[in-house]
Amino acid sequence: MALSEDRRRLVAALGRGLPLTRRPYRDLGRDIGIAEEAVIAALGEMLDDGLLKRLGIVVHHHQLGYRANAMVVWDIPDDAVAEVGRRFSEFDFVTLCYRRQRRPPEWPYNLFCMVHGRQRTRVLAQVEELAAACGLADAPHQVLFSSRRFKQRGAIYGDPG
Amino acid sequence: MSPLEDRDRAIVNALQGGFPITDEPFAEAGRELGMDGAEVIERIARMMEDGILNRFGPIYNAEKLGGAVTLAAIAVPEADFEAVAETVNAFPEVAHNYARDHDFNMWFVVSTDDAGRIAGVIAEIERATGLEVHEMPKIEEFHVGLRFEA
Repeated sequence: MALSEDRRRLVAALGRGLPLTRRPYRDLGRDIGIAEEAVIAALGEMLDDGLLKRLGIVVHHHQLGYRANAMVVWDIPDDAVAEVGRRFSEFDFVTLCYRRQRRPPEWPYNLFCMVHGRQRTRVLAQVEELAAACGLADAPHQVLFSSRRFKQRGAIYGDPG
Repeated sequence: MSPLEDRDRAIVNALQGGFPITDEPFAEAGRELGMDGAEVIERIARMMEDGILNRFGPIYNAEKLGGAVTLAAIAVPEADFEAVAETVNAFPEVAHNYARDHDFNMWFVVSTDDAGRIAGVIAEIERATGLEVHEMPKIEEFHVGLRFEA
């Protein structure tokens, strides 16, 4: 999708963070020569068309005590995976959910979801709950906890892991 | 973990997304929380300084901006783990990198602002580490309201 020059400047300026001021959209626009009303209108459009997924606080979840970070991977038949993914995403403790390409033979799993929690035991119980609720107790799956985090940059794009 | 006051918690829980897009958004957000706009700003600024908040701003859809994000894994021999982590993390396109308990023990996200560069970056990481990189591209994303309760 081609972005207009104004839109591109707005995306870049906002990517550095929203000013913490009384009228942040005016102040953001002033630096790039776009009027406050135009900034507000453009951001509303960007939210509507999904280019902007969210605007607001992005936490360091580790600092909030979310130390148990599990990537749960499942091998779900291709004709059922979309429905299972939709059901997973309805659970509050599922923080991300993607269908991904399998890499057989080492990697047969095609559905990935993240469960972040404060304790591993709680996260494991939630994974059990998920499997039971979706009739997947027998579906091959694995829980990969992270043991160390090496890098988490303040990414402008994409989701926090 | 820094202690959060109840009013900080209320802000974190309310403003992970859904921030108003109006001329005085902090004041508007504060009305729901029983605070004035200046207090909301002051508390957010302090939590950013304390490292509780990563940032205050957007999460973009990288694909809609012409970019791409993918997940990749490497099976790294335990003895080489530190050195390989250093090599992988040196790539500016590597957004985050986690050690996980599996034969595939290093998992990282590659993000580029030009979708055509993903394959090249993966190939460069393979060359630099001498290890096979297993890329697992996204086929479908299921929408979740990613939100951490403080």
